[in-house]
Amino acid sequence: MTAGSNGNLLSVRDLRTYFETEDGTVKAVDGISFELKQGETLGIVGESGSGKSVANLSVMRLIPDPPGRIVSGSIVFDGRDVLTLPPRAVRDLRGKRISMIFQDPMTSLNPFMRISKQLMEVTQLHLGHTKKQAREHAIRMLERVGIPDAHERIDSYPHEFSGGMRQRVMIAMAVSCEPELLIADEPTTALDVTIQAQILELIKRLKAETGTSVILITHDLGVVAGMTDHTIVMYAGKIFEQAPTTELFERPGNPYTRGLLRSVPDPTDEQGALYQIPGLPPDLAHLPPGCPFAPRCERADEICRREYPPFVQLTADHYSLCHFANEVFAEST
Amino acid sequence: MDQATKPLISIEDLRVHFPLVGGPLFRRSRRMVKAVDGVTLDIYPGETLGLVGESGCGKTTLGRAILRLTEITSGKILFHGNDLAALSNSAMREQRRHLQIIFQDPYASLNPRMTVSQIIGEPLDTFRLARGRAKKERVQELMEMVGLSARFLKRYPHEFSGGQRQRIGIARALAVDPAFIVADEPISALDVSIQAQIMNLLDRLRRQKNLTYLFISHDLRAIRHVSDRVAVMYLGKIVELADGKTVYKNPLMPYTKALISAVPVPDPKVEAARRRIVLEGDVPSPINPPRGCRFHTRCPYAIDLCGKIEPQLVEIKPNHYAACIRISPEEPDIDRVGPGAAPGLQARTA
Repeated sequence: MTAGSNGNLLSVRDLRTYFETEDGTVKAVDGISFELKQGETLGIVGESGSGKSVANLSVMRLIPDPPGRIVSGSIVFDGRDVLTLPPRAVRDLRGKRISMIFQDPMTSLNPFMRISKQLMEVTQLHLGHTKKQAREHAIRMLERVGIPDAHERIDSYPHEFSGGMRQRVMIAMAVSCEPELLIADEPTTALDVTIQAQILELIKRLKAETGTSVILITHDLGVVAGMTDHTIVMYAGKIFEQAPTTELFERPGNPYTRGLLRSVPDPTDEQGALYQIPGLPPDLAHLPPGCPFAPRCERADEICRREYPPFVQLTADHYSLCHFANEVFAEST
Repeated sequence: MDQATKPLISIEDLRVHFPLVGGPLFRRSRRMVKAVDGVTLDIYPGETLGLVGESGCGKTTLGRAILRLTEITSGKILFHGNDLAALSNSAMREQRRHLQIIFQDPYASLNPRMTVSQIIGEPLDTFRLARGRAKKERVQELMEMVGLSARFLKRYPHEFSGGQRQRIGIARALAVDPAFIVADEPISALDVSIQAQIMNLLDRLRRQKNLTYLFISHDLRAIRHVSDRVAVMYLGKIVELADGKTVYKNPLMPYTKALISAVPVPDPKVEAARRRIVLEGDVPSPINPPRGCRFHTRCPYAIDLCGKIEPQLVEIKPNHYAACIRISPEEPDIDRVGPGAAPGLQARTA
């Protein structure tokens, strides 16, 4: 494994992914930049429509075109720009060096194919395994993700597994080539809380064992708090705040982040009425001028409705997209 | 909760079993899914009782059974002196004026061909509560109550976001001025910022209209926030019941302990420091639930007896009930109970 410039495994610069719809152009991801270091876990939080999933599908070059289009930007993975690679080279990356797990395992498992075949395909294709090698490897992977009696269950079909077990199978498939980057898109959202705890522990353990970098996409601030080194908060296709995770939770520098944090009930804490962010998430085809969050923001002033906010640096690694970033940051100590 | 007040709803030993027909044609077996299997529970006027559990535990079936939206196998549901379980269908329909439900999926629960004013007005027609001008005013009043502009009266459900649709569903439930509402996962399909809005709305309405809720959710953080008391369900049974704070701070039953410890807390420092009980395996199937304590197959504290004896819901501390033979009022802390001991059992047989 080699890292690219500055020890960054992945470096995304000014990425813009737009969709043409009947309503007009939807700027699902609109000029985001971030880096991921080797072995690091990055959390991307946002509500539906914030662009968090589209950003990562772009990294995998999985945007359906049309209607989607990566309009500009660069995605440098291990020194090479994924956006300029020929399709063949991208296919070689996917599943081998970058792999993805999704919220619903049934979207990535073929319901008509035995698990064994699906798992074996990956290493036969990417690692040149023989059938025998691939099968042995597949059993080892299933054992590794905690599937009991792996050598018997390997010939089952996906529907013969429970939701949590299917998620394990998908993780086994995703990590079977020891990827350098694992992108997990809401990996536990469809699962019960005790099963969620199992899957999160599993991702942590695999990360510790293999040193893989992880991008964890979630709407759950609790999951981000427990799993990540850095966090990005997205809203309306933009990065609203990015910071080391502990700092983001302790000293948010953006009113949206602060509102989100306050609107999650904390079970360890006594509290009265829950803080609520008023209004609705924006319509991406018809964004207001100025700051897209301004109509819902408690701090919004005239300037917010008029001018697009600056991306303000608060500390070494802490940025916030807000006209009043410094003020919000100072308040939150 | 003042336990001296009379409960609004008393559920006694309620069972809901679904037949499951399967197997080859001539050797067809009729097995039973015991979705709700002997639940006894009081719901007091003005409280929000949170019902929490993982998928398949029977919480939704329990909520629907109280309103007789699913057939009851046995047991009683006492409401204002009537046993709802024994009422005829038409008598039950009259009672539904007082008992309403809010559904999880705001997309599936509203008729796409009806306007908002028709949806909210329908219960007023059904129970002949208002017509003409009075009805129109009532619908407008209901819309304002849930924070929707009366400008939207003539719009159709698809023109609204998930959170707004949930508001429409709440307005429809409130139209008949019910005493009791089952809120079945009312926020699960919504975004985080919208969840807070709906939780606050439900809480405000409860206080304004003196409503009583059964709030069903798998989201422990939401349950903790909205509930006065919390009931934890596992495979058709209530396994722990206490006020919300107690269930979270001092859970007694091992399943509740694991459940609470699995909830991610939005604080990196807390997350880094906490010890998480990670349970082995999945929730077993309710078709063939384990004998004895249904949790014993996953329980880190289980002893042989747990697989043989079905624990009863016992008042371990004042107003704090738990179903576990390894604890008793004298020895409520399972971590202090001697290895292999089952004080709950001795207390009962003594």
